[in-house]
Amino acid sequence: MEPIILKYQVDGSDFSMAGEASSSVKKTLKQLGFSPDLIRRVAIAMYEGEINMVIHADGGEATVEISQSGVRIILADHGPGIKDVALAMQEGYSTAPDEVRNLGFGAGMGLPNIKKYSDDLKVETELGVGTTLTIQINT
Amino acid sequence: MKLSKVCELLDAEILCCEEGLDTEVKSACGSDMMSDVLAFVKDQSILLTGLVNPQTVRTAQMMDMKCIVFVRGKRPDEAVVSLAEENGIMVMASAYRMYTACGILYANGLYSEGIDKV
Repeated sequence: MEPIILKYQVDGSDFSMAGEASSSVKKTLKQLGFSPDLIRRVAIAMYEGEINMVIHADGGEATVEISQSGVRIILADHGPGIKDVALAMQEGYSTAPDEVRNLGFGAGMGLPNIKKYSDDLKVETELGVGTTLTIQINT
Repeated sequence: MKLSKVCELLDAEILCCEEGLDTEVKSACGSDMMSDVLAFVKDQSILLTGLVNPQTVRTAQMMDMKCIVFVRGKRPDEAVVSLAEENGIMVMASAYRMYTACGILYANGLYSEGIDKV
């Protein structure tokens, strides 16, 4: 199959909309006939990333490249950047404010969870400039 | 256990996707923390929660869950129910508290699959 590239703007101003892009990708992968296991891993990893972009970075852009061998998700934001990536990768560490916890997120599981469900995760971040996650999930 | 039995046991009201009552489910999870649901839950078909924002539906959708039960009398708004309906996820509302609702289902044979420790 020819690689398919999908692009989304993730709106950072409306928490209730978070997950729209992941939902759309999930439906596309289902239509393309990918395995339920791959679809779920992509959906969860991308959804966690999308939530992070809304909580921490006022949104951003999501690019999803779908090919026979798997799915690559690139999530780029223009937020504050991650001060300590090693710390952010630890389960339970979170800088999310209390209001985010009241919404059911901010348990410090986002990045660790993305890593858990992906085959490769690259985190590029610069303070004051933004963060780009490149998530690879193979078939 | 069929979702119709879940509904009966929890004395719940169905808010959408009533056509799924015949669906067979094998396990459930209860949490108000969607982060934990995404991190630790595997192959559970029902999400019991007291959190009523749209992210409960998104979480259930990403995890391929069949049904959300809003506990302790919580009622989601129209938009949340519509989102669930669009995605074919049945929504129920029960007046039982989380602990009791989970206990009732567990006592009636709806166990979590495998060893339920993280």
